[in-house]
Amino acid sequence: MPEHPGTPLLEVEGLGIRFGGLHAVRDVTASLPPERITAIIGPNGAGKSTFFNLISGFYAPTSGRIRFQGEDITRLKTHQVVGRGIARTFQTTTIYKELSVLDNAMIGHRVRTRSGLWDALLRTGREQRDERESRDGAMRALERVGLAGQAGRPAGALTQEGQKRVGIAMALSSDPRLLLLDEPAAGMNPEETVNLMGLIRELVGGGLTVALVEHKMSLVMGLADEIVVLHHGQKIAQGTPGEVSRDPAVIEAYLGGHAHGGQMGQPGAAGSGASGTEEGAHA
Amino acid sequence: MTILFQQLSNALALGGVYALVALGLTLVYGVMRVPNFAHGGLYMLGAYFAYAALNSLGVGYVPALILAAVAVAGLAALLERLVFYPLRNAPHVHAMIAAIGVLFFFEAVVQLIWGADFKQIAEPVPGILNLGGVVITWQRLIVIAASVLVMLGLNFFLKRTLTGATIEAMSQNREGARLVGINVNRVGMLTFAISGALAAVAAALIAPIVSVAPSMGEVMNLKVFAIIILGGMGSVPGAIVGAFLLAFAEVFGGFYINLDFADVIGFAALVIVLAIRPQGLFRRGT
Amino acid sequence: MTRSGFKPGPLVWVAVFALAALLPLLQPGGFVLDVAINVMIWSMVAYGLNVMLGYTGQLPLAHAGFFGIGAYTVGILTLKQGWNFWLAWPAAIVICALGGLLLGLVAFRTKGDAFSIFTLGVGVIIALVINKWDSLTGGNDGLNGVPPASSLFGIDFSRSANFYYVALAALALTVLIVARTRQSVFGRSLVAIRGGEDLARSAGIDVYSHKLRALMLSTAIAGLAGGVYAAYVGFLGSAVAGPTTTFTVLLYLLVGGVGTLAGPLLGTGIVYVALQFLKGLQDYQYIVFGPLLVLLVLFAPQGLAGLWDRAQARRVQARAERAVDHA
Repeated sequence: MPEHPGTPLLEVEGLGIRFGGLHAVRDVTASLPPERITAIIGPNGAGKSTFFNLISGFYAPTSGRIRFQGEDITRLKTHQVVGRGIARTFQTTTIYKELSVLDNAMIGHRVRTRSGLWDALLRTGREQRDERESRDGAMRALERVGLAGQAGRPAGALTQEGQKRVGIAMALSSDPRLLLLDEPAAGMNPEETVNLMGLIRELVGGGLTVALVEHKMSLVMGLADEIVVLHHGQKIAQGTPGEVSRDPAVIEAYLGGHAHGGQMGQPGAAGSGASGTEEGAHA
Repeated sequence: MTILFQQLSNALALGGVYALVALGLTLVYGVMRVPNFAHGGLYMLGAYFAYAALNSLGVGYVPALILAAVAVAGLAALLERLVFYPLRNAPHVHAMIAAIGVLFFFEAVVQLIWGADFKQIAEPVPGILNLGGVVITWQRLIVIAASVLVMLGLNFFLKRTLTGATIEAMSQNREGARLVGINVNRVGMLTFAISGALAAVAAALIAPIVSVAPSMGEVMNLKVFAIIILGGMGSVPGAIVGAFLLAFAEVFGGFYINLDFADVIGFAALVIVLAIRPQGLFRRGT
Repeated sequence: MTRSGFKPGPLVWVAVFALAALLPLLQPGGFVLDVAINVMIWSMVAYGLNVMLGYTGQLPLAHAGFFGIGAYTVGILTLKQGWNFWLAWPAAIVICALGGLLLGLVAFRTKGDAFSIFTLGVGVIIALVINKWDSLTGGNDGLNGVPPASSLFGIDFSRSANFYYVALAALALTVLIVARTRQSVFGRSLVAIRGGEDLARSAGIDVYSHKLRALMLSTAIAGLAGGVYAAYVGFLGSAVAGPTTTFTVLLYLLVGGVGTLAGPLLGTGIVYVALQFLKGLQDYQYIVFGPLLVLLVLFAPQGLAGLWDRAQARRVQARAERAVDHA
């Protein structure tokens, strides 16, 4: 197994959140190595999206700590978390469909600008500089996801895959060190999924760290350097794809009880051509 | 001590009326996610329909109350079909604005037909009841008894009948109701009808105590909205508790503080509560 | 759809205001001028509301209250304290902005419907306090004899024809402020909030502070309009601060087009002028307005400016299709 280079970018320690009596996430301790792709997987309702919501400051954890680049960010608000360098996308194509692709990306750059209402009313130098920088920053992000040519189009007019890229561009505009992708391949056909995997690899090649929640095992097995498995809100395994897929606890979680199995064993998992749940899990 | 008991009976009667009006509003919000600003208008119409039935048709108090309830229920169902159903997927603000339009329309029409001045409805059982020095008018007793009865009936309907259970299920989870194959459309209309009937009954009950005027709907509107925000929007027990809390705050606050501002006490309470608990008193925060 | 609405360029706006500036030369007093000044006052309130509803996607229902606070501030300071209008007016604007800040600090703890209902409650409280605080506001009797704006640079603003220019300048300033806000980095963040608060938050926008500042701007504009109203009308009654006024302004905004720059002026002008022809209907205006509000949100939620926009888009598309046919 390759050693993780350097110290982890993000560490969570004993992280948990309760909704009423329900522990959606419970005592999770994990870390994300820098400039790697970490996938968070688990059966439905395992707390994957909640885990993302905790990291990005959408939910305040009821226990535990989150450290990013050595700094404690547990109690920060979402926009402050983005400011520190953690950006995210949503499960569905949640973007501003009625705005232009460029506007979407410029909104993502807002966190890097300081202009307020007075700057707007007085058209100050800062306002003009911020506007220019927003535009440049947004265009750079659009170039990274390959949408620079469509900057002027309404975002809603793009294909499903295009809209996903807009969402990623919006996140990239904020100049993140860590990008959280929530089911990036949902609703995509195999070809689009392959394109998306290429894009994610490129981004990581450029120095970005990526964490993603995904159901499509082909994508997870083919892309992730590291996998964290959640089950009933708790971490049951962490390791390389190979390690995780041999882990008895993981296999049990995906096969045992009433869990929604299937997902782990989608056809084409890990490129082994395996199909059916059992083979998929062992792939 | 006697005064205290008298205030208590006033507060109970007022709370019963608030509860009936607020229950309809909270059910509609729970099922349709529509903040129905026209609800106060339905309440006001209920009072006028009862007034008209008493004076023009010459029927008794109870038939007038029932007629008003049926008429307003029909009108509310119609409203759901014509206005709120088509707007179910539009931004929330749209339904809210439409409801405001309906409220003002009702008010203007009533003013055109019956005029802007106060109307009186005679008490069906005039006189007072003397309970060891505590004096209660019969009408207040009727209001308390009838509103408790109606609430029990509503509870039975929601808990024990399939349709009622559907309404409750939907108010808790619209998607879930759709999944189990409940006809969401029909339920919305029925909920509106029930909310209209509840508002009309409340209006006909309180009308002999207060006067009937076109503006009564607007005032009631604001109060019941305060109630359901306090109780947590969509919550049935929250609406009942909120209604009695507001009634007690108004009656005792008005008595011990200043009658002029009795109507504002509810809002003052609302402002304070929301400042501390934005999600209302009875909803668990996340 | 970029939500541009009917979007006249800066030149069109300059032309509109230049033409409007000629009005007193043709009609130095009387009915037309009175209607024009009223339209300007109420469209300013509509612009203020539009900052919230149109650009930020929040519907506050306390705007008449802030209009009332602005009007009564000017009225009380000039009538009772002997202040100069030109000092009382800015004071009114500042007070309304601070009032907006206070309201927002509490009200933005709620969201969506609850926010609207909460602010409606605050609006009612403001109107009620104005109505009951006899010693300060004259209570039910109102505030009679608010002096007109005092002379400045030797211009006598007690004459309607001259005061007209004060209202016109205030409106021009309002339009400029709103336009600049909309087109700024700040304004783009407001539009992001309108499109979805959670998305805006995750994009890194400090939603709370943006909403707060938008509300302050919005209530400050209501106060600006209120100040003009006080000096122009000379009499203040508490009813003007009540929810009915808020809903009437909301109607103006809807007719004109929510979220557009021309909408507030367009809607106020059309509805207000139409009302002058329906004088007999005044008490019953909501027999017409009520169903009109419903029909608008059902069939033309974009308002007139939005309809224009859609017609324009159709024309462009038709031209494109013809071009394809000919090819």
